[in-house]
Amino acid sequence: MVAKFDLNDDSVVVVIGTGAGGGVLSNELAQKGVKVVALEAGGRYLPEDFINDEWESFGQLAWTDARTTSGDWRVAKDFSGLPAWIVKAVGGTTTHWAGASLRIQDHEWKALTNYGAVEGASLLDWPIDGAEMAPWYEKAEAKLGVTRTGDRAGLPGNNNYKVFEKGALALGYKEVHTGRMAINSAEYDGRMACQQTGFCFQGCKWGAKWSSAYTDIPRGEATGNLEVRDHAHVARILHDDSGKVTGVEYFDKDGALQMQKARIVCVAGNSFESPRLLLNSASSMFPNGLANSSDQVGRNYMRHMTGSVYAVFDKPVRMWRGTTMAGIVQDEARHDPARGFVGGYELETLSLGIPFMAAFLNPGGWGRSFTTALDAYENMAGMWIVGEDMPQATNRVTLSETKDQWGLPVANVNFSDHPNDVAMRNHAYARGEAIYKAVGATRTFPTPPYPSTHNLGTNRMSEKPEDGVCNKWGQTHDIANLFISDGSQFTSGAAENPTLTIVALAIRQADHIASEMAAGNL
Amino acid sequence: MTSNERKGLTRRALLARSVAAGTLTVIGAGFIAAPNAAWALEVSVISEHEMATLLQMARDIYPHDRIADRFYAVAVKGYDAEDKKAMVAEGVAALDAAAKAAGHADYVSVGWEEDRVKLLQGMEDSAFFQTVRGGLVTGLYNQKEVWPLFGYEGESFSKGGYINRGFDDINWL
Repeated sequence: MVAKFDLNDDSVVVVIGTGAGGGVLSNELAQKGVKVVALEAGGRYLPEDFINDEWESFGQLAWTDARTTSGDWRVAKDFSGLPAWIVKAVGGTTTHWAGASLRIQDHEWKALTNYGAVEGASLLDWPIDGAEMAPWYEKAEAKLGVTRTGDRAGLPGNNNYKVFEKGALALGYKEVHTGRMAINSAEYDGRMACQQTGFCFQGCKWGAKWSSAYTDIPRGEATGNLEVRDHAHVARILHDDSGKVTGVEYFDKDGALQMQKARIVCVAGNSFESPRLLLNSASSMFPNGLANSSDQVGRNYMRHMTGSVYAVFDKPVRMWRGTTMAGIVQDEARHDPARGFVGGYELETLSLGIPFMAAFLNPGGWGRSFTTALDAYENMAGMWIVGEDMPQATNRVTLSETKDQWGLPVANVNFSDHPNDVAMRNHAYARGEAIYKAVGATRTFPTPPYPSTHNLGTNRMSEKPEDGVCNKWGQTHDIANLFISDGSQFTSGAAENPTLTIVALAIRQADHIASEMAAGNL
Repeated sequence: MTSNERKGLTRRALLARSVAAGTLTVIGAGFIAAPNAAWALEVSVISEHEMATLLQMARDIYPHDRIADRFYAVAVKGYDAEDKKAMVAEGVAALDAAAKAAGHADYVSVGWEEDRVKLLQGMEDSAFFQTVRGGLVTGLYNQKEVWPLFGYEGESFSKGGYINRGFDDINWL
């Protein structure tokens, strides 16, 4: 039976957000007998609701509430009100994500130590490492059913992958395969195998791709310990005179302001909304916002060094058929400063349909240079570049002058590339184009970054309180019963798609919170 | 009375120029149509000339020679609206003025695409151009009827995905 908790029940843990961080944390706590109220700004959508249509699905799932942008990134010019392509719904961006599930590499956990200080970057070592995280990664991979981990087979390669693989092997790349994907290659955990439908970004209508919306959330609810309130937009976190948080105020589905008391509050609204909420929760005791004595809340925003390479061939590819991102070259993910930059990147297959290709191939582009590319759409192959970007203190989320529908200041996202990001992107463009030219590409397109999906680092983990917002458990340095539970905890970006790490951290954090509660420490 | 008539342009002159441009025909009060009558578009707020200019502009911004005018017409028909009237009038007038300065009668009568593109490049940063261009990104490319012209197959769930329909059928590698 689904639980229903009283607004005045101050024994509950309130989790804000239900994606990879909040959705998993809520379920894991509920499984351990902890009472949880999860507040989700969006609505509920399940596989039968998802839509195989790019713009229609975007209208259904995407976070399109106001945000503002600044900085020299091209997104601020081409998509000034849409810095991120992420989801506002129960399950968060786990409905939209491609499913790529990679562990952060050992050297990346200690970026400052291994790369050395980089001018203009605020690099830091994580207070945790690969050995600490290994068992949690194993649990996360089992939860998500990640292919090529455990005894789970890889996905078959689609047309887009076959082009990519042949070119990569021709260049001598060795680590080339169909990825470690949270998309079932065979029936797993009550969910069916991938049907090669495409539209992974629009929500998997078969449920073959893992999403917390139809796994962790209903399982947590089934325990009787989890209540999910959708269309609940959290406005601020409240605290008492001792500086402990005591609950949250939120606008419910009718627009009424409610207050839910809490024993512990966990923030998992993504790297824009989480710092925005802490900043919007400023009080006379915490004039700079909650957990912000370090002035680090909102800083060090990372979005991964990204870009895409599309290529046209003299014969059809039909890249849109099949799994959107089941293909990877990992050879460039190493740290090798001889390439002219620190850190590394992954190359992953990617396709867009015609509507999104028109919007994202070269935003603002027009004329025959642009349209002849689309005319060759059927003969096109595509890949995405995802690499480690440098944290910078000035790349940050602050409160904007613009207000949202609730009258709350929205997030302004300021971002500019670091020279290391630019050097890495140019290297990746050249390698991606070389892969396709090795298979006979007649034309290649180094495509600029899309609005960000990997939003990281704005409440980062740090050993020392002055360097970040939370400790190695995601617990804020300033407030013992306030936790950060999403990708905003990331100390550095690493090269890997972040969801698996967010899930592993959430499982680990649930274990920590439950044991600290049991021990009477929280 | 249309705004063109107010400016002293006769429908006859308009018709002659449109025909001369070889693309669009004004076929009567409030209508423009393809010369082969494959489609017609009614305008009630903006003038036929303005709509004809928007159509030509749409083709010049996103030229796809295998995509018929009727798809572009769908993409720009929304400009025939009271809240767009002033923007369209001002934008088309600016475009025509640029055409005149380059020795042409107006924009739609410029014969070569590359010459029209030069005129568009001259106003690329204007709100008018960016509004029209931005609107086309969804107005043109999000029409399901144009997708097959690019080879794109659209929705696939109802057909069981591509697992048995060629997700890995590439044969030339």
